[in-house]
Amino acid sequence: MSPVVPPPAVALGVLLPVLVVLAAAAVVLVLDVLPPRDSKAHLGGVALAGIIGALLAIVMRWGTDARAFRDMVLLDTYALYFDLVICYAAALIVMFSMDYLGRTGSESGEYYSLLLFSTAGMMLMASAGDLIVVFLALELMSLSLYVLAGFFKQRLTSGEASMKYFLLGAFASSFLLYGIALIYGATGSTNLDRIAAAAATRNAEPMVLIGLAMMLVGFGFKISSVPFHMWAPDVYEGAPTSVTAFIATGSKAAAFAAMIRVLVVALRGAQPDWSALLWALAALTMTVGNVVALAQSNLKRLLAYSSIAHVGYMLMGLVAGGGPGPGAVLFYLLAYTFTTVGAFGAIALCARAGEEAVEVSDYAGLARRHPVLAATLALFFLSLIGIPPLAGFVAKFYLFGAAVRAGYIWLTVIAVLNSAVAAYYYLRVIVYMYMREPDGEPVAVAPSLAGGLALTLAVAGIVILGLMPAPFADLAQVAVAPLLR
Amino acid sequence: MTYAPMLMVFAFAALVAGALLFLPKLAAPRRLTPVKAEPFECGKDPMEISEGRFAIKFSTVAIFFILIDIELLFVWPWAMLYRRLGWFGFAEMLVFLGILMLGFFYIWRKGGLEWE
Repeated sequence: MSPVVPPPAVALGVLLPVLVVLAAAAVVLVLDVLPPRDSKAHLGGVALAGIIGALLAIVMRWGTDARAFRDMVLLDTYALYFDLVICYAAALIVMFSMDYLGRTGSESGEYYSLLLFSTAGMMLMASAGDLIVVFLALELMSLSLYVLAGFFKQRLTSGEASMKYFLLGAFASSFLLYGIALIYGATGSTNLDRIAAAAATRNAEPMVLIGLAMMLVGFGFKISSVPFHMWAPDVYEGAPTSVTAFIATGSKAAAFAAMIRVLVVALRGAQPDWSALLWALAALTMTVGNVVALAQSNLKRLLAYSSIAHVGYMLMGLVAGGGPGPGAVLFYLLAYTFTTVGAFGAIALCARAGEEAVEVSDYAGLARRHPVLAATLALFFLSLIGIPPLAGFVAKFYLFGAAVRAGYIWLTVIAVLNSAVAAYYYLRVIVYMYMREPDGEPVAVAPSLAGGLALTLAVAGIVILGLMPAPFADLAQVAVAPLLR
Repeated sequence: MTYAPMLMVFAFAALVAGALLFLPKLAAPRRLTPVKAEPFECGKDPMEISEGRFAIKFSTVAIFFILIDIELLFVWPWAMLYRRLGWFGFAEMLVFLGILMLGFFYIWRKGGLEWE
């Protein structure tokens, strides 16, 4: 008899948080086809339990620095930090979705399992130690989001959003893949550490630079930086609001996670090159995002352009480089996630004349009728402007500080000017809520226990991050440490 | 300088593609007939509605087929090495088939296998 093949080392512990989410997704799928078949409300609870289980696994694993599957999957503090951000976003979004889906008549098990699948893809992106894993995880995340964006089957805009997101996303993915192929061709490896080692032994190769530029196109699409942002407003507007929140936070956090790791670890030799590229991207992204947002009357489109602008700020931290730069980006992502999920969640609760309330003018007089919700929404917008003592202010402070200390004075000047411009369109919404009277039917707020709880969590998040940011900023600095070795 | 060949490939590709686009404009005769002016001329009448379409169930069956097809892609090499892989290989395949069966169960209960 031929000899037994020795079993390979299987370190599933490294994948534990991802596996918990995937298991929850499978359980949701199976429960979906078991009785009770007419009510799907309990599936949201199962999904939430899965995400909380993953959060527990993350906390349990905190501080490890493990790698498995031939260094393809890493579980270091960096990955765990992003897992934390992504799982928080996913948990809040599941809570917002519970009543939102019931109200819009599209409650189904697939929604939750797709949400969990894309969460798993995002977490895997943060853990990727190999360009192939980056690509696979990106596709797992994106394919689920393409379907979710079109989840309102009766609504034409939802189908349009899904189609646009799919076609443009596939196009961007192919750019990323071509970039990976060129880098593999130049360095002989897809492993991030080995790329760094191979690139260090030879002079700057044009092929690496072309590969880098193509990968930046792929990542730039996912984080919706200008000039790869065209899809964002249409998709954000058409997709179900809960899905929009996830696209705006989770998928951006995941794309940033992979992008920062690839740039800082694998392509650190090309730092002057990508720094210069990102300088231009950052300046362009924040300016275009903010200026176009000024002209928006649809709140979801407004938030889409605002999220583009915030990506511009975050790219600044990457330009600054070193330890403080990426650390500030990580902190900013945490603050941005709480604020943006909260803002979209609050919008998901509002309806006017049987439709979702998405026009800015729909919110006229909200403060009179629903003072708590109006105050909450106002807090989120103030945090997005960067008013102390909210999370947005501290996050911007760290980010701009890192850029100034790295010597990027002009970029910081552009960013500060942009922040001032941004205040106008955020404040306009607050003015509508507090100082205008509605013409016609006023906006109605759907009662939702889970949604209210999620809003409370989000508000608590931005206030705590704003009042005592130091522990979280330290956490972000600890998280980037594994990249800088 | 080492990248001159690459640039030449790009240039040559652009030249060929451009030539293919623009040469017919110069050389080919253009006789427009009503049939040619129709959109999507693939031999089918673009205005026809119901008869030309096919049922969506064909495509779902095609997707199920791909799933089972890919399963075979894993099972075949596993079966060739079955004895040499030992109990570890057996357990791994059980896990894989278990996950696959979850999907199969889902398809079944959702009515994906019913033709009517």
